[in-house]
Amino acid sequence: MQVELNGKPFETDAATLADLIDAEGFEAPCVATAVDGIFVPRATRASVSLTEGLRIEVLSPMQGG
Amino acid sequence: MFYGVNLKSRLMLGTAQYPSPAILAEAIAASGTEVITVSLRREGTGGTAFRDLIRASGCRILPNTAGCHTAKEAITTAHMAREVFGTNWIKLEVIGHADTLQPDPFALVEAARVLCADGFDVFPYTTEDLIVGEKLLEAGCQVLMPWGAPIGSGQGLRNAAGLETMRAHFNGVPLVVDAGIGAPSQAARAMEMGFDAVLLNTAVAKAVDPVGMARAFGNAVEAGQMAYSAGLMPPRDMASASTPIFGMAELA
Repeated sequence: MQVELNGKPFETDAATLADLIDAEGFEAPCVATAVDGIFVPRATRASVSLTEGLRIEVLSPMQGG
Repeated sequence: MFYGVNLKSRLMLGTAQYPSPAILAEAIAASGTEVITVSLRREGTGGTAFRDLIRASGCRILPNTAGCHTAKEAITTAHMAREVFGTNWIKLEVIGHADTLQPDPFALVEAARVLCADGFDVFPYTTEDLIVGEKLLEAGCQVLMPWGAPIGSGQGLRNAAGLETMRAHFNGVPLVVDAGIGAPSQAARAMEMGFDAVLLNTAVAKAVDPVGMARAFGNAVEAGQMAYSAGLMPPRDMASASTPIFGMAELA
């Protein structure tokens, strides 16, 4: 299925958001996630099933002012 | 007191735009700051190194919602930041216009209300407008952060009279001048006016020597704070000789 991962079209077989985070090598404890503009807490990533076209954001600490 | 936290240094420092991570780390140390601002972005290069750097700084983290243009975006970003950084502190920015980076006060108040109710300690980036300030306090904010000038402009305290009025109006409320500070003298002036802290980034990051400038700002903020505590003399319209006339020799 195709989803949008950090703004880019992305093909994945991952069943859940947690699976996608693992499969893509993100450091699960160090990133924050949102799906379709809604925050998904770390603890609930495994219960978010991925479906076609979801907009997924995986964010990390960066420099800011 | 900023949400129950006492800060010795009243300089809050942004972490963006430095020539290198090493210079950022040195600048943080040289400034004496205890609070650094950070953001959340799509993972690029150097993510792990940056996480280590902010941890090693020993500073309290003030995550921002920079770049958000709606209350919804800012609220989602705040929740993501709380989880990643493990703090309720959030520098709430809801930008109203891409050119001026002026806050959208309506969306700001809306987002502040939601976040305060959700247990966040909100530091709202606002203007010197008194009514917006009142609405932010009603929404649950315990700190206000009026701009000095547009973000990154280095123009200093563009509406100094308005900021003075704000300081007088919100007696007892911690106020931080955030954004637009370009020189240590401007930071010192904000502190002399009775502001509780100054938050800046570009003026240090884009200096020829960011570490030296960080130190200069640290000292200026401290000097301004000491001056406010010591009580400035009231200005006079006329000259008034400081050396006594009494006892002067007749030499004419």
